[in-house]
Amino acid sequence: MSRLRPSPSQTVGPFYHFSLTVTEALGCMTGPVARGERIRIRFRLFDGAGAPVPDGMVELWQADSAGKYDHPADTQEKAADPGFCGFGRLATDAGGACVFDTVRPGPTPDGSGGCQAAHISVTVFARGLLRQLVTRLYFEGDPALADDPVLKLVPAERRGTLLARRDAAGVWCFDIRLQGPDETVFFEI
Amino acid sequence: MKIYPLPREGDHPPLLHSPYAATVRRAPSMPPIPLPHTLSELTGPLYGHNPIGETDNDLTRQHAGDPLGERIIVSGRVLDEDGRPIPNTLVEIWQANASGRYFHVVDQHPAPLDPNFSGSGRTMTDEDGNYRFVTIKPGAYPWRNHPNAWRPAHIHFSLFGPCLITRLITQMYFPGDPLMPYDPISQSIRDDSARERLVSQFDRDLTVPEWALGYRWDIVLRGCEATPFEEPK
Repeated sequence: MSRLRPSPSQTVGPFYHFSLTVTEALGCMTGPVARGERIRIRFRLFDGAGAPVPDGMVELWQADSAGKYDHPADTQEKAADPGFCGFGRLATDAGGACVFDTVRPGPTPDGSGGCQAAHISVTVFARGLLRQLVTRLYFEGDPALADDPVLKLVPAERRGTLLARRDAAGVWCFDIRLQGPDETVFFEI
Repeated sequence: MKIYPLPREGDHPPLLHSPYAATVRRAPSMPPIPLPHTLSELTGPLYGHNPIGETDNDLTRQHAGDPLGERIIVSGRVLDEDGRPIPNTLVEIWQANASGRYFHVVDQHPAPLDPNFSGSGRTMTDEDGNYRFVTIKPGAYPWRNHPNAWRPAHIHFSLFGPCLITRLITQMYFPGDPLMPYDPISQSIRDDSARERLVSQFDRDLTVPEWALGYRWDIVLRGCEATPFEEPK
C-alpha cells in the first residue's frame, strides 16, 4: 500500500491568540485536588540576538505526580490523577515570558525497563518558526538526572540548557534560547 | 509499542529560510538531537481541553449578523500516513476576515474589521476522521516581510492527533492563488508536491447550491508503522 506523505508544517504566525490562547486557563494545570508538589514555572523565550520573543506560544505535556500520563498508551497499572491536567498552553508576553502552575511530575518509564528523571515536554511555536521546536524541562538538583537516558544523549556542556532552576521566591525558571552560544537543546521526535 | 519513523527530508520546511525574514534570528543553528520515543512522546493531549460550542465550527454564526464576504465550506479528513482516519481529534482554525484583517490588536492593516466575524473555530473529527467548517473566504493581506509582500489567502490549522509526535500547526491555501509563488512562507516548502498538499481543492459536491462554495482539504499527520503483531484498530 502506498503511504501518504504528511501535511507540511507552517508557522503559527503572530495572530493566533484570539483562537489558541483566548484565556489563560491553560496556564493552570492543577485542579483544587491535584496530588503532589505544586510548582510554578516561569518560561522566557529569547531569539538569537538575545531579544525576548513576545509572540511565541509554549505548550507543556507532562505526567502527574505519580509519573502517569493521562493517555491510553500509558499502560502502567495506576490511575491518572483526575485532579490534574497534563496539558498546558500559554502565549508569551511582551517580555517573552509565561508562567504555568502545575505539579512536579513523577519519574516515568523509559521503555526499556528503566526510569526517566522527572521532566516536562515543552513545545515552542512562534512567528518565524516554520516548525515547532521540542525540548524538555528537567529539575536542577534531581538526583535522578545522572541516570536519565535522554540527558545522556546530550553533550555534557549543553545539558544545563535543559535544567529549570529555582529562584529565591521558589519559582522554577526555564529560559529557552532559540539561537546563539547558549542555544537550548532541541530534540527531533 | 508503536514506532513513528522520522519525517523524510523535504516533508517539512527547513527552520532557516532567509526569504522569510523572521526565521533568521529565530531558527536554531544546532541540529536537533534525535530522541528515541518514550512514553513522554507516545502520549499527548487527546481531547478538547474546552468543550466544543454549538457554533464553534460555523464561523458565520458566531455573532448577531451575517459576516461580509464569500461564504465557504471547508471540509476534509484527518488521516495518518497509511490513510487511516484519525477520529475524535481536535481541529482548531483561525483566519483573517474577507478584507484580510485579523481580529487581533497587533494587526494594523488598514482594512476594516467585521463586527460579525471573529475568525476562530474548533471542531472534533468524527469516527471517520471527517471535519467540516463553515466560514468566509479570507482575504490576502500585506505583511512587510519584503517590498510589496502579500500573504496569499490562507486558514491556519492546529491539530493534535494521537500523541505529541503527531502535533501539527500548518496553513491551508486556496487553489490558483496568484500570490503563492511570491510567498516565502509557503515557498519555504521546497518540494512542489509537498507544498501542493497544503492547497485545498474546489469541490462541487461539497458546494451547497444557492448558499456556499465547497473546498476540500485532507490533512495527513505523522503515521506509525504498524508492527505485524499489532492488532488493527
